[in-house]
Amino acid sequence: MRGMADLDTLKSELLDEVNRAKSLDVLEDVRVKALGKKGRMTGLMKELSSLAPEERKQRGQELNQIKQEVVIKLEERQRELNRKALDDKLVNETLDVSLSIRPESQGTIHPISQVTEEIIAIFARMGFAVAEGPQVEDDYHNFTALNIPEEHPARQMHDTFYMPDRKDGTKMVLRTQTSNVQIRTMKAQKPPIKIIAPGRVYRSDSDQTHTPMFHQVEGLVIDEATHFGHLRGCIYDFCREFFNAPNLKMRFRPSYFPFTEPSAEVDIGCRRNKGELVIGEGDDWMEILGCGMVNPRVLENCGLDPEKYQGFAFGMGIDRLAMLKYGIPDLRTFFDSDLRWLKHYGFLPIDMPGGLTR
Amino acid sequence: MKFTLSWLKDYLKTDANLEKICETLTMIGLEVEDIQDLSQILAPITVAHVVEVTQHPNADRLKVCQVKTKDGTREIVCGAPNARAGMKAAFAPEGTYIPGLDMTLKKAKIRGVESSGMLCSAKELQVGEDQDGILDLPEDAKVGTPVAGVLGANDPVIEINLTPNRPDCTGVYGIARDLAAAGLGVLQSVKPKSNEKGKPCSIKVKLPHKKACSQFAGRLIKNVKNGPSPDWLQARLKAIGLRPISALVDITNYINFAFGRPLHVYDVKKLKGDIVVTLSKGGEKLDALNDKTYTLQPGMTVITDDSGVIGLGGIVGGESTSVDETTTDVFVECAYFDPIMTATTGRKLDVITDSRYRFERGVDPESIIPGLLHATDMIVKLCGTDKTESSQMVYEGKPVAWQKKIPFDPTKVKNLGGIELKPTAIKKILKDLGFEVTGTDKKLTVVPPSWRPDIDGAADLVEEVLRIHGFDKIQPVSLPSVANIASPLTPLQKRAAFARRDLATRGLLETVTWSFLGKDFARLFGGGEENLTLQNPISTELNQMRPSILPNLILAAQRNADRGYPDAALFEIGPVFNADEEQTLIAGLRFGNAHPRHWAGEERTVDTYDAKADMQAVLSACGAPASAQLTTDAPDYFHPGRSGVLRLGKNILAYFGDLHPAVLQEMDIDQACVGFEVFIENIPFPKQDVIARPSLKLHTLQPLTRDFAFVVDKTVRADEMIRTARQVDKSLIQEAHIFDVYEGQHVEEGKKSIALTVTLQPEDATLTDAQIEEISQRIIAAIQKATGGELRS
Repeated sequence: MRGMADLDTLKSELLDEVNRAKSLDVLEDVRVKALGKKGRMTGLMKELSSLAPEERKQRGQELNQIKQEVVIKLEERQRELNRKALDDKLVNETLDVSLSIRPESQGTIHPISQVTEEIIAIFARMGFAVAEGPQVEDDYHNFTALNIPEEHPARQMHDTFYMPDRKDGTKMVLRTQTSNVQIRTMKAQKPPIKIIAPGRVYRSDSDQTHTPMFHQVEGLVIDEATHFGHLRGCIYDFCREFFNAPNLKMRFRPSYFPFTEPSAEVDIGCRRNKGELVIGEGDDWMEILGCGMVNPRVLENCGLDPEKYQGFAFGMGIDRLAMLKYGIPDLRTFFDSDLRWLKHYGFLPIDMPGGLTR
Repeated sequence: MKFTLSWLKDYLKTDANLEKICETLTMIGLEVEDIQDLSQILAPITVAHVVEVTQHPNADRLKVCQVKTKDGTREIVCGAPNARAGMKAAFAPEGTYIPGLDMTLKKAKIRGVESSGMLCSAKELQVGEDQDGILDLPEDAKVGTPVAGVLGANDPVIEINLTPNRPDCTGVYGIARDLAAAGLGVLQSVKPKSNEKGKPCSIKVKLPHKKACSQFAGRLIKNVKNGPSPDWLQARLKAIGLRPISALVDITNYINFAFGRPLHVYDVKKLKGDIVVTLSKGGEKLDALNDKTYTLQPGMTVITDDSGVIGLGGIVGGESTSVDETTTDVFVECAYFDPIMTATTGRKLDVITDSRYRFERGVDPESIIPGLLHATDMIVKLCGTDKTESSQMVYEGKPVAWQKKIPFDPTKVKNLGGIELKPTAIKKILKDLGFEVTGTDKKLTVVPPSWRPDIDGAADLVEEVLRIHGFDKIQPVSLPSVANIASPLTPLQKRAAFARRDLATRGLLETVTWSFLGKDFARLFGGGEENLTLQNPISTELNQMRPSILPNLILAAQRNADRGYPDAALFEIGPVFNADEEQTLIAGLRFGNAHPRHWAGEERTVDTYDAKADMQAVLSACGAPASAQLTTDAPDYFHPGRSGVLRLGKNILAYFGDLHPAVLQEMDIDQACVGFEVFIENIPFPKQDVIARPSLKLHTLQPLTRDFAFVVDKTVRADEMIRTARQVDKSLIQEAHIFDVYEGQHVEEGKKSIALTVTLQPEDATLTDAQIEEISQRIIAAIQKATGGELRS
């Protein structure tokens, strides 16, 4: 019988062989020689049956323990060698990660759309709904109903695009203002009315600062109590939120529009700094919109009793607001579809107006 | 409307400075557009004495001047031919802003000689047009005094942007009245000294058309002398941009601007017979005072004498009866011409004059007599001789009705204007503006003055009170913020908004193009109707309302290609116009390459399926039903074999495809070009908004797939094969799609091979091999029957 010392030697020999295995093949050889059918451990196990029961039990336990340690060591070594083999393989699998990704294109939202949605979001919180109206409009809805009779000097203020008369003699124009939506709304629904109407308008004017088409947003509130103070409050609140300038300097100047009485033009404070425009501060003023209390004549024209109903209207240029807010210098570029411009001044689809804009 | 500060102060006694006056003007509705205060701009420029002038050593055309200035003697290089020793000139030291050059003077060496300052021309100082030589100031001008004073340019010029409703402020006096009402000073009364008496007037006036000319007053002033007008009068006219002509003409211009009261003067020697104000018959010719000849149309208001037309009423006088330096007897006209007729004639003949400007806004109908008396005053004073005598006035017609009684409840100021003012304050403002106010504090009766034709009702009175009291004193009141916002957008507007962000996410750039285009291009896209042709377009490229957005996108893409950016993906949401209808469309275009050259893949030009993908994305964002049918009858601006229509029966939802090569050729386009149009208004809306989602059914058993390949005729449509396959067992066959299409070698001419994969989803139990085989056979049989194709072995 070999004693404990023999087993210790066996164990250290086996573990040593495992550790020394430099490849998975060698390791497999080591495993077979130790634990295979003809392996050293297997041989010793077979000898157990010839021992006395007491001794057999003792020796069996000792052998099992050694076997377990060898198995663990084998697995450990196998993982190491596997890892090493993988590492060796990966060394040859490198990519040039500096190469550009597969082409993706990023679309953008036009500033006019973005600003229109910003405007809608602000007025929506004040309870306004969005209304629309035709762009090829008859003379009546564009002028006459708005208290701009034929030959009135105010008609000459608009450089109107004329369309051929309808068969019934109706004179047609491209709408010069979104105010036609006011008339159509008042004729179609009873007060209270609270709408904004954004859209395209047309003037036969084309130079540095004018384009034959641009965008306006019209606002209209009609009920029995809305007064000039509400108009001021509404415009103040809008401008401060739109320009994100809580202390925006503003002033209301008396002005004249045939469809409002009293009428005002609104200026915001600004400062010109080396060609750059700073909004909201400074000693200069910049006109941004026209507004007023709806003229009783206009209410009458729409079949509303001016003794009962009153309210305000306003109109402003969307393109102009976009230029001021986002520092876009030239109106004409808005309509040029220059890809470079659209990418530069356009907004990402994730720029959601209403507080979620970056 | 332009005037000078001193002119204003003739009528307004005030201590307010220029700044305060201008600020007040703007805040009462007379917006100051420009202030030209030359005395301030020219302040550093002073009178200097040119002591010696020598030739510049290095330049033939330059001189070197020794100049005595307020800062001692300076050496100045000067190129003016009129520079000479002994003259007085305008000297600007370094650092001075020169308004005519819009630059600040810097110290400079000119051809080797240092010049410390500059001698200025009239143009450089903006006091005249002369730029050929330096200003030759009066000999007695004192060295060191500011030139502005010497030049009489020390009267600031104010320009207001006058709104068309305020004819009263086309005269300086009306502006003074408004300022006085706003508390800026005291309005000075200007009663004419002359009276209406005199010998009977030998010239008779007839007004056969009372509408065209409702009043006409005139008077003959004999034995006058018409020379240049005095310096002060010339200076005022020049300051506001008028050219002095002669005393008589200058007087009419002066009264026009002082009181908004146009006048006209005739040389009596040149008049033939009586004056008749009538309507033109058409075809008459008038040589007008503005050196133009007008051919009249019928129905224009004309002044005539026996010789024919001698003036266009309220607009411009004629050359034939004009006053000149030989005029001794003058007939002065002061009349009222109808605003609308004046405007119409002025516009038809395209003649813009200061007189038309006032008449078309409506001059004060009560200003006829005072206007004529003011004119008499000035003519007698400035042109009078020992023998000057004025005739009686001839006066025809009567004032147009202008009196209006407006019942006015003062609480309207609070209810409409949003500010509470005492009735006394309200009354004071109205009275200061010339309104007649009577009645009790609860119920006033207000009569607007004759010079305010714009005042129409109570709302106008509120405006008068508010603007004089101050808009900025009205407390802003926020509109109540709405707690639960129902969407402010209509379902259609929402669609456009969703589609917009979806397309941008897909890589398309949103653009905005004109609503019009050239008629030729409109015709290519089914448009060009006469009733959608602009009558006064900006250009022929923009003369027709667009029948489609696509042509504008194509032209835009080509413009980018011409700039060197040939690959474009653009879309626009906007109106298109057809017959009597306009509707909102979404259109997109892909142009050039879909993928650029890149290491990871082949370069690829845009194709039909790019357009189809964009279109499907829009339809899906808009909630179009999946049941829409695909047909291949797109309009003829699309490629006949590479385009499609999505429709629900007759209702067309969208077009997509390649643009027709012939259309592209017409438009001079040489790039691949595919596009789509979605008619978002045609997509049916769900009957009601369903917020909750249908329940999700998750199968526990795994799906399995089977592949089939068929050889079919080329005309067989893929969607038909898929539909046929699915219909074999709608519950078991979850999905079918094409994974290969092949034509060419090994496939017969006129045929194609199509491979599809079918996904089977067992519900309760796994399928046996026999069941799978059975369903496969049914699929094969169905497709063979439907397409006439053969299973490919």
